[in-house]
Amino acid sequence: MTSRDQTPRDIACQELVELVTEYFEGALPEDEVAAIDRHLIDCEACLRYLRQMRATVTALGLVPTEAVTETLSDQTVSTLLAAFRHRR
Amino acid sequence: MLLADAEIVVRLRAGDQNAFAEIVRSWSPAMLRVARAHVHSHATAEEVVQETWLGVLRGLDGFEGRAQLRTWVFRILVNTARRRGKREARMSEELSAPTVDPARFRGDDDPEWPRHWRDEAVPVETLPEPALLAREFRDVLTAALGGLPERQRAVVELRDVHGLDAQEVCELLDLTPANQRVLLHRGRARLRAAWEAAAS
Repeated sequence: MTSRDQTPRDIACQELVELVTEYFEGALPEDEVAAIDRHLIDCEACLRYLRQMRATVTALGLVPTEAVTETLSDQTVSTLLAAFRHRR
Repeated sequence: MLLADAEIVVRLRAGDQNAFAEIVRSWSPAMLRVARAHVHSHATAEEVVQETWLGVLRGLDGFEGRAQLRTWVFRILVNTARRRGKREARMSEELSAPTVDPARFRGDDDPEWPRHWRDEAVPVETLPEPALLAREFRDVLTAALGGLPERQRAVVELRDVHGLDAQEVCELLDLTPANQRVLLHRGRARLRAAWEAAAS
């Protein structure tokens, strides 16, 4: 239990930037989330950092998969199709 | 074209080559990415994926449909990749360094704001909309993805581009949930830094 007069944990910017993904993923304990939320009220720079991380994730979701992935070589695809034809 | 699982199985068993070509085309990129996180070269990853598909063809008649076809294929892939891959012990190096340049923060001994952003080093203010970001910075993002260590790249692409969930990625890449999050964080942080650098 947290008592009412307990001093809230003060989190440093340098610490916060390493917790952003755990924060997004809901992997932090409640008191850490509260410490981050409190920090973000006063810290425009960290809020900006957090928004940019979120924007990065959203932007990645909009990148077409074929733009980032390697595909099988034509030769491998031919080998596989030939194997399929000769399966039986 | 996305076929329902059961329909794919029926068509594959009936010898429909187009159905096979279609799943090879659409699943192989993610399979290559998974394989690449287990083995050291693209060539080996391609062999792993090829071997997987050949195993799928061999096992197709015995596939009972208890799992999704895709889940079954990826399970064969992971087993094949594990056999080929050397267990890597590079985790510590990949997981330890800070993701933001320490020079951008005040020192531990700063009388006022220890380890807070230095005024002149706060994140750049320009913040394009994600849609714009994705379009205008696509080359930056894809180049930066290409520059990530393999496992960071695998986690970021599988989670954020292919849309797999955390548990799937842990299983495919043999990661603990904590390490999956660390790799995801490090990868995303480098991408954010890349477009910050491009924007400023």
